[in-house]
Amino acid sequence: MINSFNKAFFLLFSQNKEVLFIVLTSLKLTISSVIIASIFSIPLGIILHLKNFRFKRGIVSFLHSLMALPTVVIGLLVYTMLSNNGILGNSRILFTPLAIIIGQSILAFPLIASMVYAGLSKLDSRFFETLKTLGANQRNIFKATIKEAKFIILSAILAGFGRVIGEVGVSMMLGGNIRFYTRTITTAIALETSKGAFELGLTLGLILMIIALSINFILHLWVKND
Amino acid sequence: MKKFLLILAIVALLLGCDNKIPLKLATTTSTENSGLLEYLLPEFETDTKIKVDVIAVGTGKAIKLGENGDVDVILVHARGAENKFVTDGFGVNRRDVMHNDFVIIGVKNDVAKIMKAQNATEALQKIAFAKAEFISRGDDSGTHKKEKNLWKNTGILPTGKWYKEIGQGMGATINMANELAGYTITDRGTYIAMQDKITLKILFDGDVGLLNPYGIIAVNPQKHPNVNYKSAMKFINWLTSEKAQKMINQFQKNGKQLFYADAIK
Repeated sequence: MINSFNKAFFLLFSQNKEVLFIVLTSLKLTISSVIIASIFSIPLGIILHLKNFRFKRGIVSFLHSLMALPTVVIGLLVYTMLSNNGILGNSRILFTPLAIIIGQSILAFPLIASMVYAGLSKLDSRFFETLKTLGANQRNIFKATIKEAKFIILSAILAGFGRVIGEVGVSMMLGGNIRFYTRTITTAIALETSKGAFELGLTLGLILMIIALSINFILHLWVKND
Repeated sequence: MKKFLLILAIVALLLGCDNKIPLKLATTTSTENSGLLEYLLPEFETDTKIKVDVIAVGTGKAIKLGENGDVDVILVHARGAENKFVTDGFGVNRRDVMHNDFVIIGVKNDVAKIMKAQNATEALQKIAFAKAEFISRGDDSGTHKKEKNLWKNTGILPTGKWYKEIGQGMGATINMANELAGYTITDRGTYIAMQDKITLKILFDGDVGLLNPYGIIAVNPQKHPNVNYKSAMKFINWLTSEKAQKMINQFQKNGKQLFYADAIK
């Protein structure tokens, strides 16, 4: 086992082509998914905070409970849609990077929306009242909220990133772990462990840990300096 | 309170350890999934009173478990790796047990025209020339090793977008081939078990090159003194006995014989 660790460290710095490809695939897919999820979920979080309408509390609770959705369930639902017999079967998307992005966007969506909403409700309510008394219109309020709450939004995005880069269910089921195509850090770790080869798995585990830790670290620094 | 905890600990220990040490068998997913072990092992257990714990993994991992002394006996299908396991001193008393065979499956319209191939090598060559989608296990399992050997015979190094190494089990591989309308190579047993759920058909089979022999090997007690060597040998003797060999030949799934006994000719 100690030997495996040594080999893992060696692999980490050896610029192995396959390791590099896997890490880049993971980053590319995760960033795309988080961006797509953010485009929809951040406005939703803000609107939920600013507006009052019927079913609002229901929607908020629903989003909140969706955060607990297991990745394999999302994988399964999207799989049944993209499969040959599914409603989107002719799209030929299953087992491509795009399929992973779809699944991971769905995974990140409720998390980011809920975190934005929850973060905004902690903001001083006088902020919004002041804006209103100053005669700001809807659009101005929306813009000012984004500006004021940039750290809330940023931390929501990064939380989404953390959730997505570490998940294995969606990537495995929808991407299929195809070498040099849809193999990500997490699916590669699952494969290497099933082969009983721990070196590459440990190397990728280390990289995954470094990515996740540095993101949390940066986030922490930013919030502190604010 | 202390007394109570002590009693609790003793009870837990007693519950935890059976006084009979079970035999740990590492084997491939194909023997487990086909139901063969479920059919054979109860008979072995009544004959010898030895309980068998089955660890069903890929052949690569099964051999690794044997090398580490984590199991007592391995039942696998990858002759080259098996011989290496014995010559490296990790295993002793290798015996042939049985064989089944591999088949190449694909969509009925057969774009690569492998149905007309004379042998397995030619069938794979046709797939490569047509650049027809081919799904490979890519997980270092016995089936994957077999496939790699077959490719070696063709003189083609399969690479490119048509050749997908997915690093997953046989079921997942067949499913992906089914979804992508591609070709793959599978053991007949797994195909028979799944044939109702998929549209793929057997397009090529019956070649000697597709035979898949299983061997059983005891882990060397001189390498790992803590292994259960006596039980391992009892299991090997039982599995190659007339009775077990007959049972293997009689084992059927969907009315078809899956394994052919090899120990007694």
